[in-house]
Amino acid sequence: MTNIVEVRNLHVRFSGERTVHAVNDVSLSVAEGEVLGLLGESGSGKSVTLRALLRLLPKARTTISGTIKVAGQDVLALGEQKLSAFRGQTASMIFQEPGLALDPVYTIGDQIAESVVRHKGVSKSDAMARALQMLDVVRIPSAKRRLESYPHEMSGGMRQRAMIALALACEPKVLLADEPTTALDATVQIQILLLLRELQREFGMSVIFVTHDIGVAIEICDRVAVMYAGQIVETGTMREIVRSPLHPYPKGLLASTVHGAERGSRLGTIPGAPPSLSTAPDSCSFAPRCSNAQPRCVEQLPPTVQIGPERIVRCVLAESAA
Amino acid sequence: MSAISEPALQVPAAPKSNGYWTTVGRRLLRDKLSVLCGSILLAILLAALFAPWLGVADPYQGSMIRRLRPVGTPNYILGTDELGRDMLARLIYGGRLSLLTGILPVFLAFIVGTTLGLIAGYAGGKLNTIIMRTVDVFFAFPSVLLAIAISGALGAGILNSIVSLTIVFIPQITRVAESVTTGVRNRDFVEAARASGADTLTIMRVHMLGNVLGPIFVYATGLISVSMILASGLSFLGLGTKPPEPEWGLMLNTLRTAIYANPVVAALPGVMIFAVSICFNLLSDGLRSAMDIRN
Repeated sequence: MTNIVEVRNLHVRFSGERTVHAVNDVSLSVAEGEVLGLLGESGSGKSVTLRALLRLLPKARTTISGTIKVAGQDVLALGEQKLSAFRGQTASMIFQEPGLALDPVYTIGDQIAESVVRHKGVSKSDAMARALQMLDVVRIPSAKRRLESYPHEMSGGMRQRAMIALALACEPKVLLADEPTTALDATVQIQILLLLRELQREFGMSVIFVTHDIGVAIEICDRVAVMYAGQIVETGTMREIVRSPLHPYPKGLLASTVHGAERGSRLGTIPGAPPSLSTAPDSCSFAPRCSNAQPRCVEQLPPTVQIGPERIVRCVLAESAA
Repeated sequence: MSAISEPALQVPAAPKSNGYWTTVGRRLLRDKLSVLCGSILLAILLAALFAPWLGVADPYQGSMIRRLRPVGTPNYILGTDELGRDMLARLIYGGRLSLLTGILPVFLAFIVGTTLGLIAGYAGGKLNTIIMRTVDVFFAFPSVLLAIAISGALGAGILNSIVSLTIVFIPQITRVAESVTTGVRNRDFVEAARASGADTLTIMRVHMLGNVLGPIFVYATGLISVSMILASGLSFLGLGTKPPEPEWGLMLNTLRTAIYANPVVAALPGVMIFAVSICFNLLSDGLRSAMDIRN
């Protein structure tokens, strides 16, 4: 399998009133047709990593280092025009709040057609036909009429379908999904997840799916990377992570979900709060909250332990498992 | 009630959507006050446009023997002015210049101000500072004073008063456009547009302009009344229209001497200015609430 997304040693730092080391030494890869989940709590750098892949972060205040290769293109070296062509055509993105991510003053059809005209250089009427076809693909009922609907005339789930139609209209190779189901209620959530999974197979595209919800990740992901404080602490297949997490952070995350918990028993919690990211980490970021912390955890960066072909854990505890 | 409407919600067929402006128009038509104001403005506008065909007297033809006739005199329904000219004819013809000096400066300032504000708001940083601080300089002067100063410097005349009023309104519209643009710039759909590959020009032209035009338009409608009053003021001071041209502000000025002899007739041009400006204001309010569909 060839990797369509290759990120090596990505660092993202925001400067300004205060410095934030949002992403620290992240390396990840996504194979063709694979769904990678980026799992982690708020502020763990998942969305920042995703935005860095499209270079959407504000230029003036962001320092990015490392390499990002998507479909053979070096994203960080792309010129403005190449970048415009890259966004939407090679990789596109769906957002958390479809109500906010769609322009309120244009119809759904216009918005999809605009993107198609830009990337494919076809006529407006051909683009509209494509938009109609896409609304059918994402199973929006009475698509022809919905083409002329404004975002405020649609329900949340319908808007997210429209957003997906917009993102997939130019058949991107990689879809970046930034918590696309978080703003939806549970029944709609599962519909959207099933739709995404189906479209992913149909289009044969790769997906990076950002979420903080393990339950959602289980539904859709082949492989997961768990992020904490701007770093990937554990990578593995969905099954490996859920069955036998090695890093104490994903362990804690799994202990805190209701899945399989006994009625009446208290759910596990992770004590403490995530660290401030004002300085680049020089020791294990999780050590202050870790019950198995050892002296060397606070003295140096944790080792990167390769356990299987796809399994990487950043923890001293994993050394014995290797 | 909910028991009745709930099954209807299950029907997947989407209602036929009208365009945004069609919906706004329909909502505006439901507002009685806006309809009333709109009709009054339309009547005055049409009367001014088609004045020569309305069969009213010559607005320039005076007569020394029938000066300052009161309102209700046969053949002179609204009386005559200090030179014996028919007030009705002069008020109708006066609307031509008064409406022109009310609407044209605002329209010109709308184009320039929106462009400047959009650029300042979207670019941010240094460009924003340069544009907005320059604009702030104009805010240091009261708008009446500024209009008089520019008009005085350029010399009397309708064209010059239109230019000076345009300059007075550009900073105000720029300010509004900039603040609306800054609000829209960081909304998710702009980032979504960038994520789908839109370049800066497309984002500004399509997504920014589409979203800021409404609020600025409403604000500009409200400025028309201010512009009319300022233009009338300039004419009153002798900086705008020159006699014997009929114009409401100028008429108010020349009739000033007759305020004790015939106060009702002397007040008529003022009534017109008041009526038109309050209609524009109320219409602008109505438009604001009619356009507020999405929230």
